Amino acid sequence: MIPGSFDYHSPSTVEEAVALLTSLGEDAKVLSGGQSLIPMMKLRLAEPAQLIDINGIAGLEYIREADGYLTIGALTREADLDKSELIQQKYPILHDTAHVIADPLVRNRATIGGNLAHGDPANDHPATMLAVRAEVVATGPNGARNIAIDDFFLGPLTTALAPNEILTEVRIPVPAQGSGGAYVKLERKVGDFAIAGVAAVVTLDGNGNCSAASIGLTNVGPTPIRAGAAEEALTGNALSTDAIAEAGRLAGEASQPTSDHRGSAEYKRAMVQELTIRALTKAKVRAEGGQ
Amino acid sequence: MTELRTSAEIGGMGHSVKRKEDPRFIRGRGNYVDDVVRPGMLYMAIVRSPFAHAKIKSINTEKALAHPGVAAVITGATLKEYNLHWMPTLMSDTQMVLPTDEVMYQAQEVAAVIATDRYSAADGVALVEVDYEPLEVVIDPFKALEPGAPLLRHDKEGQKDNLIFHWEAGDKAATEQAFRDADFTVKQDIYIPRIHVASIETCGIVAEFDAVEGQLTCWMTSQAPHAHRTVFALVAGHVGLSEEKIRIISPDIGGGFGGKVPIYPGYVIAIAATVVTGSPIKWIEDRRENLQADSFGRDYHMTAELAASKDGTLQALRIKTIADHGYTDAACNPSKWPAGMFSIATGSYDLKHAFCEVDGVYTNKPPGGIAYRCSFRVTEAVHAIERLVDIMADDLGMDPAELRLKNFIPPEAFPFKSVLGWEYDSGNYAGALKLAMEKIGYQDLLKEQKEKREKGELMGIGICSFTEVVGAGPSKDFDILGLKMFDSAEIRVHPTGKALVRIGVQTQGQGHETTFAQIVAEELGIPVDHIKVEHGDTDTAPYGLGTYASRSTPVAGAATAMASRKILDKARKIAAHLLEVSADDLEWEPGKFTVKGVPDKVSTIQEIAFAAYTNHPQGLEAGLEAISYYDPPNLTFPFGSYICVVDVDRGTGEVKIRRFMAVDDCGNIINPMIVEGQIHGGLTMGMAPALMEEISYDEEGNMRGGSFMEYLMPTAMETPSWETGKTTTPSPHHPLGAKGVGESATVGAPAAIVNAVVDALSHLGVRHLEIPITPEKVWRAIQESGN
Amino acid sequence: MAQQNITIKVNGTDQAAEIEQRLLLVHFIRENLALTGTHIGCDTTHCGACTLILDGKAVKSCTVFAVQADGKEVLTIEGMTTNGELHPLQEGFMEEHGLQCGFCTPGMIMSSYALLQENKNPTEAEIRWGISGNLCRCTGYVNIVKAVQYAAQKA
Ligand SMILES: Cc1cc2nc3c(=O)[nH]c(=O)nc-3n(C[C@H](O)[C@H](O)[C@H](O)COP(=O)(O)OP(=O)(O)OC[C@H]3O[C@@H](n4cnc5c(N)ncnc54)[C@H](O)[C@@H]3O)c2cc1C
Ligand code: FES
Ligand code: FES
Repeated sequence: MIPGSFDYHSPSTVEEAVALLTSLGEDAKVLSGGQSLIPMMKLRLAEPAQLIDINGIAGLEYIREADGYLTIGALTREADLDKSELIQQKYPILHDTAHVIADPLVRNRATIGGNLAHGDPANDHPATMLAVRAEVVATGPNGARNIAIDDFFLGPLTTALAPNEILTEVRIPVPAQGSGGAYVKLERKVGDFAIAGVAAVVTLDGNGNCSAASIGLTNVGPTPIRAGAAEEALTGNALSTDAIAEAGRLAGEASQPTSDHRGSAEYKRAMVQELTIRALTKAKVRAEGGQ
Repeated sequence: MTELRTSAEIGGMGHSVKRKEDPRFIRGRGNYVDDVVRPGMLYMAIVRSPFAHAKIKSINTEKALAHPGVAAVITGATLKEYNLHWMPTLMSDTQMVLPTDEVMYQAQEVAAVIATDRYSAADGVALVEVDYEPLEVVIDPFKALEPGAPLLRHDKEGQKDNLIFHWEAGDKAATEQAFRDADFTVKQDIYIPRIHVASIETCGIVAEFDAVEGQLTCWMTSQAPHAHRTVFALVAGHVGLSEEKIRIISPDIGGGFGGKVPIYPGYVIAIAATVVTGSPIKWIEDRRENLQADSFGRDYHMTAELAASKDGTLQALRIKTIADHGYTDAACNPSKWPAGMFSIATGSYDLKHAFCEVDGVYTNKPPGGIAYRCSFRVTEAVHAIERLVDIMADDLGMDPAELRLKNFIPPEAFPFKSVLGWEYDSGNYAGALKLAMEKIGYQDLLKEQKEKREKGELMGIGICSFTEVVGAGPSKDFDILGLKMFDSAEIRVHPTGKALVRIGVQTQGQGHETTFAQIVAEELGIPVDHIKVEHGDTDTAPYGLGTYASRSTPVAGAATAMASRKILDKARKIAAHLLEVSADDLEWEPGKFTVKGVPDKVSTIQEIAFAAYTNHPQGLEAGLEAISYYDPPNLTFPFGSYICVVDVDRGTGEVKIRRFMAVDDCGNIINPMIVEGQIHGGLTMGMAPALMEEISYDEEGNMRGGSFMEYLMPTAMETPSWETGKTTTPSPHHPLGAKGVGESATVGAPAAIVNAVVDALSHLGVRHLEIPITPEKVWRAIQESGN
Repeated sequence: MAQQNITIKVNGTDQAAEIEQRLLLVHFIRENLALTGTHIGCDTTHCGACTLILDGKAVKSCTVFAVQADGKEVLTIEGMTTNGELHPLQEGFMEEHGLQCGFCTPGMIMSSYALLQENKNPTEAEIRWGISGNLCRCTGYVNIVKAVQYAAQKA
């Protein structure tokens, strides 16, 4: 499998990259980890005439906390997220997610920016980002703007990024006291895209009641999905087995799966229900200070 | 193997000699077909049909030819000029090389682009314009047999429907009577889906024609280089290719498993291209082409029935099968066996009556049927009988192990004549099952399962006690396109006592370079390090039918032993001459002759070899060489008992293989390390279709998925840590007592796994699950049980 | 057809070439440099037969353009032997029968190499996880795990 021809550009700053995107117009595509784009080019499902490789841009690979946010540079590799101690200790839901994306070799190239910018509902980060209420920083000719994650995913492989914008950073609010999150994925084999995946974050108040909940769903609709009704049902209540089961049911209802290779719509919906229960249960344990 | 006859230094049978081929592979110095580069070589890429059935209205090659780097485009019309657009399959059916007017399956070759490099060739493929008119497709083999179904092979004279063959074995009337008389009968529809060998190396060729010499040299991914040479000579004789000027070299092969036995159109097109262009041509298929168009395995729709008496005596077996062969019969079975060795279906049991029938059917799918590490349909047969035995045990309320032990052919009954006509050479089935039960702790597992069930947890234990039939085969019954399935070995002992062994079979990872040296070491006592094994080059290797169906050890291994023994006969005469005694006064132990009663009068094989060239007795020819063509008197029947333990996730339906104990008996073992490796690999290729792999088609004949994204090969994470054990029941007719082992595990594993998963759910009323057992199938079965 | 000059340090030696920009790294290594130990098994980033080390990280070289490796360092299976001395992993694969057809082997060794760089003493589970991007059709992985354990012990 051989990609079509293209002109290759390797800018060294974001500004340069944005300028190239602006001047080259529709024919141009950003190349990040390349782990989605290059396979598509080899299958000739994508034939960009201009390829703008952002890997040479310094300063886009970082994981740090500042001003109440965890900020992650767009070029940060999945492997680095997976292995980051900060992430493992303070953001286990992100570790859960990065750990089950593809395989160790792909994770060494694949980037968090690419994972979100690709706009693929089968990718794992999008649901997690919904659950952790992230923001995405998009940098274009007029500078940077923040996009709330709820406004980011517009359709299959379509995001709120303008054609000449580059996703430069992901911002995640530092979790409130008493929060816990987990990502649970069901896959046909290791490294495969999810049959279904559920990301859940809960915050417990001093009485052990749920003061906030957010749930994101992977690969069960044209975009990653927020299970709003389930979140509402949990908020303000004790996280009892029954409440969690009910949230599972509501999340299943919120999903919009279609039948394919990975399973029938009916199965996937049932799995959303099951995985939501598992993710919430694990999130609760973590919120209570467990693993 | 009870005792070792040779020292570790000699390294004969039973020694875990480290592989001689490994030093090059671990350094990245293997020489696979894609590593071959010839001066002036051009690259070929193939245009393939997006439709499963269509008329080709036109092919426009102009744009492709205008692309820089593209040298030529070959179509069916080009080949027709040379009358090379059709070829025979190894089953004496016919197959298009390139179509002139109709395509019969998705991904069928339509044209080939020849270019200076692979990038330009790929660009050229995208530029060839083909105008298709879609035709009605026949995907379902049952529908293909219905009256009024479109006739697919209208090209074949006399073909009036889509039936390729009807084959049957056994006594139909007596079997029906036995079923009428039986206390208990069980019946199960079982579908064994299409799967693909998916060796990590795809198929390919470098073809080079020297017009001056008329010499064609092909480096190709071939499991049967000699047979392929002969077929090329037969197909292309009329254009001047003559067998002595065709040389097939099968260099290092990155896995075969049957997928490199057929002759694919791509090979023939590349050969035509080198003849037409005068340049060497390289064609390496990509994974999509490999999965979509190359030979597949299985695709058997079986209806299987078993009858038993009240006391649990198994009495009769009946199986009716529809076999989907795709567009042509290219299954590479031995000619007289269109359903392969399916009639091994009575398995390890002493059944008195059996009847099997198979209808082979044409559909709009790629051709094939047996390529998946299996000795011609044995896996399907084992699956049927081993599933039925479990279902019967469930009905009888008997433990599946107990039912098996009660019905095994007893060791003293061998050689055993099965009702379907096989003569099993040797076996001790109860011995293998009992050992497996002991090693895995069967009784404890039963107890654990009971406790788990009470807690609502799902755990299953599954057994498969299979009988294989390998080593095709005796020439009275076995041939491919008329070529008898003997095999060969040639040994030359050099003056310094080192040896060169050339064999007619070919390795794709089985370690022939090591094991065949060990056979010679065993027989002649020459240290294994001093024996070089060559294979895969038709100019130098003796004629043989190739490696597949676990036939190398049973057939070529025997030939190697026989050639060694010819050498030993001559060596004895030379030794007698050197020691000045009569040949009858000599005693042999591997490596030397000793004069009886005079232990210090010794002649080593090295001294004998030297004498063969320096001091040979008058009246005896000089040199120390032999060749043997071995025609086996019978097949060999390896067997084993596997026990699998699974845990099932009630919420998601996921199955985890917790433990898997494989006790195999392949007779005497040449290299225990290699045998164990073969079993590990075979088990993994058995687990794969049981739980993950499948090729399916939609109603338009589109293959669902043609990459490793959708074709789910197990990684190290899904694969359990296999446990193995062995019993040893030598083959009485094989010169080394060996039986062959390459496929046993692939044959036996699926039924053990399915039996385990069904066992985990049996208390919920589940009796059968079709493979691959996906989480969804398990989840559904649990849902439907209402639990 | 856009061309570009690149220099990649492969197994310690600078290799300069003018190449087409779309050339995949695996083809550059195999065809331009004739280092054919790195294999191609799937074309879709699934099998890991093409695994090599790029600036210290194990990657699938069928999913990287050669131009992206310009100015970087590559280690392939051919570079694993130093002064004729086998790397413990190479030895381990041979001692433990971790290979059969050998086609996946270079990729497996390179992935395992990267694993051992980060984790000197991996558990069986960690080894299986570490090679989960590499497919082997022949061995059933048991002996590959043992081969990596052998190397870990030796190092
Ligand atoms: C075998 C395999 C298995 C996989 N399994 C999973 C899985 O289980 N879960 C999962 O989530 N993913 C999986 N992936 C996808 C992988 O994580 C991808 O790498 C990821 O989706 C895209 O990231 P990338 O950096 O490789 O982006 P690229 O492939 O470089 O780019 C993807 C798309 O995003 C655009 N883009 C990239 N970065 C930016 C940016 N900063 N600004 C604007 N646009 C940008 C590109 O133009 C392109 O259209 C798998 C991939 C493979 C090959
Ligand atoms: S060829 Fe690169 S991953 Fe398979
Ligand atoms: S040894 Fe053959 S693929 Fe691994």
